[in-house]
Amino acid sequence: MTEPIITFEKVNKWYGDNFHVLRDIDLSVARGERIVICGPSGSGKSTLIRCINRLEEHQQGTLRVDGIELTDDVKAIEQVRKEVGMVFQQFNLFPHLTVLENLTLAPMWVSKMPKKDAEERAMQQLTRVKIAEQAQKYPLQLSGGQQQRVAIARALCLTPKIMLFDEPTSALDPEMIKEVLDVMTELAGQGITMLCVTHEMGFAKAVADRVIFMDQGQIVEENTPHEFFEHPKSDRTKDFLSKILGH
Amino acid sequence: MAEVMFQPIAARPAPVKTEGFVPWVRRNLFGNLPSSVATVVFLAVALWLLPGLLNWALAKAVFATSFQQCQEARGVGACWGVVAEKYRLIIFGRYPFEDQWRPLVATAAMVALLVASCVRLFWKPWLVLLWLAVLALFFALMFGGFAGMEYVDTDRWGGLPLTMLLATLSIVLAFPLSIAVALGRRSNMPAIKTVCVLYIELIRGVPLISVLFMASFMFPLFMPPGTSIDVLLRVLVGITLFAAAYMAEIVRGGLQAIPKGQQEAADTLGLSYWQTQRKIILPQALAMVVPGIMNNFISIFKDTSLVTIVSLYELTGAMGLALNSDADWRPFKIEAYLFIAAIYFVFCFSMSRYSLWIEKRLSVSKTR
Repeated sequence: MTEPIITFEKVNKWYGDNFHVLRDIDLSVARGERIVICGPSGSGKSTLIRCINRLEEHQQGTLRVDGIELTDDVKAIEQVRKEVGMVFQQFNLFPHLTVLENLTLAPMWVSKMPKKDAEERAMQQLTRVKIAEQAQKYPLQLSGGQQQRVAIARALCLTPKIMLFDEPTSALDPEMIKEVLDVMTELAGQGITMLCVTHEMGFAKAVADRVIFMDQGQIVEENTPHEFFEHPKSDRTKDFLSKILGH
Repeated sequence: MAEVMFQPIAARPAPVKTEGFVPWVRRNLFGNLPSSVATVVFLAVALWLLPGLLNWALAKAVFATSFQQCQEARGVGACWGVVAEKYRLIIFGRYPFEDQWRPLVATAAMVALLVASCVRLFWKPWLVLLWLAVLALFFALMFGGFAGMEYVDTDRWGGLPLTMLLATLSIVLAFPLSIAVALGRRSNMPAIKTVCVLYIELIRGVPLISVLFMASFMFPLFMPPGTSIDVLLRVLVGITLFAAAYMAEIVRGGLQAIPKGQQEAADTLGLSYWQTQRKIILPQALAMVVPGIMNNFISIFKDTSLVTIVSLYELTGAMGLALNSDADWRPFKIEAYLFIAAIYFVFCFSMSRYSLWIEKRLSVSKTR
């Protein structure tokens, strides 16, 4: 078996002095694996994936991404961020730049790619998320679903090995969720490592290799989607599933 | 139950607005009782004041450069002759009379440069070179001392050229400084943060006049004997430091208004600190605080009039100088004040309109 691309070993994190948000997290993610993380709000699932590209720093334990250990070392963080793309709940597109400029910014300034090449790659990615015709518009002129697809394309422009999704459909109108999930599903079929915090259980069933359930900063249960949904082991998981699938 | 078909309604244009003088007046001036009352009151006040004002400013005014006629019209009509008589002293101060074409050309070049800098077409890297060239030309003309031009020291510079020089340079220098200080105040590095906070709080704690006094009178005491820095330069640095402290807080307000997600998205994409500030944070933060910044620019422009107290006779000072030195014309200060007020207004109003244009341009990304 090849070396895992992400490993958490006894990772702990606190917000302030008292809020123990990640508790003894042990997790390893294989290359190309697609993981869905769910759990109630405040369970630490967003914090968990945000540690992977060091938007949050952990205080104890070791966290390795693609062989690089995340510490205060700025070079290491830079290295890791080159490998990891991220999509946020609130899209976080740059509103003062056009869609195309949003996509070419990092390739041109971080990877020092010539403008022409960067634009070419950007258009490929926009075509991939089916939104090429909006390249010259500003983000706020697009619908939420379109904005989120642009955000995915922006992350892909740096050809990351790992994609993190932090509740990518939670801020969307119901009619737009599908277009984003379709793009994510298509992406999942291409061998990229994906960690996705979401409550879209249909997506989890269709795409995930593994579902992780978190509560109070701990990983309560992890399993294949089939086992997770059909035979949840812990009472906490059953309770959670009954709430989100019940309605 | 019968099946209901969804029938889309085609989009129609909005109803045509009724335009014209009478509907406009009815809607805007007499829309309801309070607004009608206000309209009547303002009209009455205007009708009551205007005749007297017009009488004074035009009908009974003296336009000839004769102070006897002006004396006779005192209290009844304005004496615009004072402007005709003294405009060169007011505009160029104590600059040698025969050489006043030099500050005229220098100021014209500066104004042209400022206008050019406002036009989008000229926002190219070579604009920086143009600035350096025009500034060099400005100083060469003002100082002289070559090509048959007599050398004129800075203590004889005055009037509008001095106002323009002080305002332009302090704005151009204070703006980047304020950005640096605003970023510094938000820095994670305690030393940088402390220096910026101290600087802002110290400057904000004292009036501009005291900064100018310090620059002009106190600073030379600390200099090694024999060395001296031109008073104009010291005053310029004083105004710049003063303006930058205020502007830094405006910029910081803009920085704080940027959602955290913008920084996170930039981090995720691997942009460095400076790339993030330059490409993501500052463009948005500065766009947000354009009105406040322009306020500050306008304020700097007018604050330059305070340098009179350290014996630099810019526009306001030159006006005082021109009239105080001549007992015949001294009584007609009001007219002279109105004259320079008009000059200040032209510059400040232009800045204000330009700021509106900038705001409109920047809002492009927000319109549907």
